Amino acid sequence: MSRYFTDEHEWIDVSGDIATVGITDYAQEQLGDIVFVELPEEGKSFDKGDDAAVVESVKAASDIYAPASGEVVEVNGALEEEPGLVNSDAEEEGWFFKLRLTDPSELEALMDEGAYKKFVAGL
Amino acid sequence: MSDDASTGLDVQPTESLPLDAWHRARGGRMVDFAGYWLPVQYEGIMAEHLWTRESAGLFDVSHMGQLKLSGPDAAAELEKLLPGDIIGLKPGKIRYSLFLDEAGGVLEDLMVTNHGDHLFLIVNGACKWDDIAHLREYLPDEIDLNHLDEQALLALQGPKAVDALARLGLVPAIDGAPAVEDLGFMEAAPYQWEGRPLGVSRSGYTGEDGYEISVRAEDAEALATALLDQPEVKPIGLGARDSLRLEAGLPLYGHDLTPDYSVIAAGLGFAVSKRRRTEGGFMGDARVQAELATPPAQVRVGLTVEGRLPAREGAVIFSGDTAVGTVTSGGHSPSLGTPIAMGWVDAASAAPGTPLSIEVRGKRLGATVTSMPFVPHRYVRKGGK
Repeated sequence: MSRYFTDEHEWIDVSGDIATVGITDYAQEQLGDIVFVELPEEGKSFDKGDDAAVVESVKAASDIYAPASGEVVEVNGALEEEPGLVNSDAEEEGWFFKLRLTDPSELEALMDEGAYKKFVAGL
Repeated sequence: MSDDASTGLDVQPTESLPLDAWHRARGGRMVDFAGYWLPVQYEGIMAEHLWTRESAGLFDVSHMGQLKLSGPDAAAELEKLLPGDIIGLKPGKIRYSLFLDEAGGVLEDLMVTNHGDHLFLIVNGACKWDDIAHLREYLPDEIDLNHLDEQALLALQGPKAVDALARLGLVPAIDGAPAVEDLGFMEAAPYQWEGRPLGVSRSGYTGEDGYEISVRAEDAEALATALLDQPEVKPIGLGARDSLRLEAGLPLYGHDLTPDYSVIAAGLGFAVSKRRRTEGGFMGDARVQAELATPPAQVRVGLTVEGRLPAREGAVIFSGDTAVGTVTSGGHSPSLGTPIAMGWVDAASAAPGTPLSIEVRGKRLGATVTSMPFVPHRYVRKGGK
């Protein structure tokens, strides 16, 4: 399994044609206390870059974009009761949704962990 | 990820306030607010909010305008621009008031303190330049108006604020002034702290007991550090300041109050003093008197929102299928654990308990009109003192 990162601070774990998407630890720290995550419906299809989810912190609402094109096959129901999981464990238990990728080659443009770390260090 | 909170237009470079380096050294996350760098948070809005409610929080509000008015009949002249009784305001007392425009719309909300030989005004940071222009335009030339832009302003808020401030050993700078712990809510006096002059008032914007302290810019770091050294005190950012004032039902100018709204409709009739209701004689008086006689069509209300999704500024409020108003402030209430909001609705939908709904991203959230404050005020009043 390989993990990719976007410059919108999302991480994507890819296993076969299934991609698990969440936001990075850096992103959750920037957002602050998260009080609600609006997840997409299962079965919904996105093109890369579409609005896919919304994260509400105490301060503001932030859009989460689909990092690649695909169909939503599962969402993280645990976030409904415990949105704070995104703060406490952004890169594992705080995942948002899983996509069945329609075009895995879209991932080639994304960063690996080393590149993302450099990207964040430069912000 | 994109932050769609509105940030306004940057027309001028962001300015630094006296405690800028102090905040950065302590991990404050600095943002541009009303043209100044200020900390939006330290350890996190939720924790800071709850700490202020249970102990004491230190806020830097040095962006706010501190104005000194003096000269012949300054109180009577100021009364022409606002609906409060300033002539009857005793030395050492503070009154909340509002500048109104000719049509009775709210231009600003402010605090007025009678310091005996002058009046002291605290106005919003985002409005202060307009306020100064407004005062200069309408006050006679004989009235001196000084913008005290060399003063910082700290707020120490929370049930343990009194313990922390009392420990600093402030000495009253005028005869007859009480010790800081004996000031009552909405009272103020000058003090000396280790030889430094401070203006201290028992007031604030959180619904809690607490103080606001005007301090010379060069003394601000020493005072902030001395307060933060007290075990009750943590530094608090603007994020928690906003969630605290929302729970306290206190309007935020530019959002819950604008020139489109009037003081009576805003539920701020307490700021229109009795004498002035009958006498009038202030800018915008016709509308105030008309609305006292005939209730306004739309009023400001509190709303408790069902579920967890916050309803924010701009969300439309419905009664059945009919749009009846708009949310002007809203968010998660850390103390209550639910979303709350403030908004303006048609008078017919304004009674507490009225079931309404709020549209957020195409979804209708159930909401109930709720008496404000959402969290009870805990002001310390000193009756008779």
